[in-house]
Amino acid sequence: MKFTWSWLKDHLATDAEMAVILDALPMLGLEVESVADRADALKPFHIARIVKAEPHPNADSLRVCQVDTGNGMVEVVCGAPNAAAGLVGVFAPVGAYVPGIDLTLTEADIRGVTSRGMMCSEREMMISDEHDGIISLPEDAPIGASFAAYAGYDDPIIEIAITPNRADCLGVRGVARDLAAAGYGELKPLSDHNIDAKGKSDISWKLDLPADQQQLCPLVTGRTFRGLTNGASPKWMQQRLSAVGQRPISALVDITNYVMLDLGRPLHAYDADRIKGDTLTIRLAKAGEEMTALNEKTYALNDTMLVIADDDGADDLAGIMGGERTGVTDTTSKMFLEIAVFDPVSVAMTGRGLNIHSDARYRFERGLDVTSPDWAMDYVSQMVLDICGGEASEIDRKGGGADWKRQISYRPDRAEELTSVVIAPDKQRHILSTLGFSISDDGDQWQVMPPPWRGDIVGSADLVEEVVRVSGYHLIPELSLPRDRVVSQPAVSDEQKRPIVLRRLMAGRGLSEAVSFTFLDAATAEKYGGGAEALRLVNPISTDLSVMRPSLIPILLNVAARNQARGEGDVGVFEIGPVFTGDAPEDQHLVLAGVRSGMLAPREWTGSARPVDWLDAKADAIAALAALGVRVDALQVRTDAPEWYHPGQSGTLNQGKVTLARFGTIHPAFLAAHDLDDHKGAVAGFEVMLDAVSMPRKKSAQRPMAQLSAFQPVGRDFAFLLDEAVTAENLIRAMKGAGKPLVTEVTVFDVYAGKGIPEGKKSVALSVTLQPTKATLTDAEIEAASAAIIAAVDKHCGGVLRS
Amino acid sequence: MAGADPQALKDTLLAAIGAASTPDALEAIRIEALGKKGELTQAMKSLGQLEGEARREMGQALNAVKDAVTHALESRRSDLAMAELNKRLEEEKVDVSLSHRPETQGVIHPLSRTLEEILAIFAEMGFVVAEGPDIESDYYNFTALNMPEDHPARQEHDTFYMTPNSEGMRKVLRTHTSPVQIRTMEKMKPPIRIIAPGRTYRSDHDATHSPMFHQCEGLVIGDGITMGHLKGCLIEFCRAFFDVDDLPVRFRPSYFPFTEPSAEVDIGCNRDGGGLTIGAGADWLEILGCGMVNPRVLEYCGIDPNAHQGFAFGMGLERLAMLKYGIPDLRPFYDSDLRWMRHYGFMPFDPPSVHLGL
Repeated sequence: MKFTWSWLKDHLATDAEMAVILDALPMLGLEVESVADRADALKPFHIARIVKAEPHPNADSLRVCQVDTGNGMVEVVCGAPNAAAGLVGVFAPVGAYVPGIDLTLTEADIRGVTSRGMMCSEREMMISDEHDGIISLPEDAPIGASFAAYAGYDDPIIEIAITPNRADCLGVRGVARDLAAAGYGELKPLSDHNIDAKGKSDISWKLDLPADQQQLCPLVTGRTFRGLTNGASPKWMQQRLSAVGQRPISALVDITNYVMLDLGRPLHAYDADRIKGDTLTIRLAKAGEEMTALNEKTYALNDTMLVIADDDGADDLAGIMGGERTGVTDTTSKMFLEIAVFDPVSVAMTGRGLNIHSDARYRFERGLDVTSPDWAMDYVSQMVLDICGGEASEIDRKGGGADWKRQISYRPDRAEELTSVVIAPDKQRHILSTLGFSISDDGDQWQVMPPPWRGDIVGSADLVEEVVRVSGYHLIPELSLPRDRVVSQPAVSDEQKRPIVLRRLMAGRGLSEAVSFTFLDAATAEKYGGGAEALRLVNPISTDLSVMRPSLIPILLNVAARNQARGEGDVGVFEIGPVFTGDAPEDQHLVLAGVRSGMLAPREWTGSARPVDWLDAKADAIAALAALGVRVDALQVRTDAPEWYHPGQSGTLNQGKVTLARFGTIHPAFLAAHDLDDHKGAVAGFEVMLDAVSMPRKKSAQRPMAQLSAFQPVGRDFAFLLDEAVTAENLIRAMKGAGKPLVTEVTVFDVYAGKGIPEGKKSVALSVTLQPTKATLTDAEIEAASAAIIAAVDKHCGGVLRS
Repeated sequence: MAGADPQALKDTLLAAIGAASTPDALEAIRIEALGKKGELTQAMKSLGQLEGEARREMGQALNAVKDAVTHALESRRSDLAMAELNKRLEEEKVDVSLSHRPETQGVIHPLSRTLEEILAIFAEMGFVVAEGPDIESDYYNFTALNMPEDHPARQEHDTFYMTPNSEGMRKVLRTHTSPVQIRTMEKMKPPIRIIAPGRTYRSDHDATHSPMFHQCEGLVIGDGITMGHLKGCLIEFCRAFFDVDDLPVRFRPSYFPFTEPSAEVDIGCNRDGGGLTIGAGADWLEILGCGMVNPRVLEYCGIDPNAHQGFAFGMGLERLAMLKYGIPDLRPFYDSDLRWMRHYGFMPFDPPSVHLGL
């Protein structure tokens, strides 16, 4: 919402400086977005007259002009076609900065003649795109005077943001009313009118609405103007409209635009001679009906859309945009003026359905003063008659009016209860009255009636906001929240703490944290087991971001690919975030996933560098589970990881039937889809399904007593010949089981197949730690344990001790 | 050998020891002197041929020689060992300016850091964390927040819609974290004091808008909670978060359908010299929105607005992170450029806390 300083002062009688008002507006909730003072840039430009213009001795297209600046004569070389003796224009002296050509003027030798300044076009001063010649002002423009002041450019433009509740401030008058209530002056009364109505209106209204939808148009007024002259609107009006970005068109169009901005009251002007018949009917459109609006686009209407129609059909989208067929033109002499109230919801739905954004729609859908068709008609009529002459008919009024009067019970104490600001009841009464509220006072209990332009006020909290807002939010005291204990409690539950701990763990393991978009493209989603209909966006920002992600792996592969493309081939990243299996809250699952690619560490002189592999991913997954309190040595490894993993180098970590994590080398075919390859080493990844990891039972701070044996542990190495299919997990389980409770640790230190080992077999070497707790182990005890282990490996794994 | 000359023997042996250049040579000398058939051993054995005084004197003299030789051997052995060690150390010399074996260090995303700082501060004020889903119903995202269908504020949300189900029900990606207010109030009885961080979505993608971003919601419901508490709470937060004790904080009237009265919060800043400093200065920066919970919202949640009241606020994590850490652009937050992450990321070993500093 834009207006100028002088425009505001049309409504607000105030001695306040503009700076004071600019500070006051945001504190009333009217955020100042910009202030443009064009006078600053135009300061060096003054009105001047070309006294003499002679051809340049050395250039046919140039003239040498003697310019009366009102402050002496100056010689100027000018190339404009209209530079002629007698022209009154705008002069910029040496030293002036000319914004349109981004140049500070100096004395310039132009083909042998010294030019001491410049006669300017509008474009050179950046006040319009006009550049056909230099500005030509009326004969009587005061020579030597400031051009900005003369042309009205010394009126600063203020732009404020209006929140959706403040429809009343979509007109300058509403802004002035707020300022007046806050004590920055007085709201001036609207100018007087004195209409001598002549006869019935040539056009009359007809409301043709279904019985249950009378609210679509509660009130409309109209009147016919005859004998008008629709020329250019007055200079002051054009200047203001231009200042706020409205192109002046003709007096009648400009008046409707001006009143909309001035009072927040959209109007519509019909050329009465172009209306077919003598009736305008407000009705729902007929299915299949079409009309061409003022924006020259043709719209297909349906029977939910409110229109205004003459005998030839619809030609106005009520509250949104008028029709081309019946609109006013430069030659209109008979005009029918519409001032109506339409249902905001209907206007919003029709506007959205047809995708039309207009200043009128913006105001209608936020809610107008529902009484305005009555009070605005004569005010606007006076303006039309003053500017365009002619006469006005009587007013045609239809509709019973909106039921806007409502009483809100209010206790003045409520302001303090809600905001801790103490505002005396008299002060509150004054504020509310200045804002247009009426109050019937019954001691502590008031009945407050909001004015018809404040549809946003529905309850006592709204009234509190009004009195506190106008008094000033700076009055709200700073109170500390009461706390019932001195030492604060944890803000997160044990479950909410998990991602925080895992984040630190992963970063400590050398992975960096990514935060990625939660959506991806449909084809990728489908490849990773997602893409369900319910997870597709109807209006994605692009097809790449159109489906909620089923897995973090494709997201992190994209991260790896992007970094590889930037020359960072060695990537280690993780993310903790949601994946989706459906659109219900319980279908959103928190997952930790990571991807490593390239070398684990950069190549360097000691030769420690090595490519990442599935073991890194497994280690990451197991570290995460251990941090979550999972007994990782009791997990079962299975080889049922999903298809985006290498079928022979991947696995899942399970507690019974529940898969807690999966890990492995990423399948080369899946890498290719992300523009990744494994030429420079594998890409490995893991996923930990946090929701699947059950919370440990409520833990006590106390630990069980530490059992630290006083006796030396004994290490024994074994090597078994086994079938290739026997897994390390089964082998270790068998050995631990056999050696209970003496065996505390079993570690594989070598796996070998090949020369010397029969086909289909492998040799696995393990070291076993035997930890006595009661006495030092005897040779016999060690022998017995060894024998038990060897027997168990034979029984459960078919393994033979290698000699 | 009875005529041995102890002094001459001593001189000879000590000279030989001094001349020995390897442990082996030294050992040969030892055997030559002190071995079973060594010169000194033989001289000692031949003492029996002497009598009386002469025997005693010669014995003493030979013992003195033996002590001297033993000592000289020890000393020379130690010297030789030291020389040998020094030689080895000299051979083991390296260029210590070479780099150590590389270690990889991951970093924590600035958004996570920001969130943890927020948690630390609000934990001090007795808040607990609440959560809600990213895919939200129209009811929780809008209606229950006093934004019925056709409310003009809805249009400012640039909502992402999910594909409608067979009954035509259409879910949305939550446009703000405010639905967690509703979910919390449905579950919990007052008093309530929660913050709800999370991912939020709006259909907007340019230099200053991302289709996915993060907010943190706050909600306090309790006896006698007023806008004064809201102001105190948020001023405390802003000053602690930005670590500026005298940070100017300004409350401006604003509008949110789910709060009444509503406010926007600005913090002071200084733009002198092209940079941006948070603190006392000529300018203001808008950082969050807040207000007293609208009575209609309480009613939607089954809480009697005549018996309970409270406040709510919401802030953008990206904006807070950008302001605090001087991160100029929004888009790289989601791009995971390792160079950006290393530059703006955080070490995992210094998590924010109130007692160690934010």
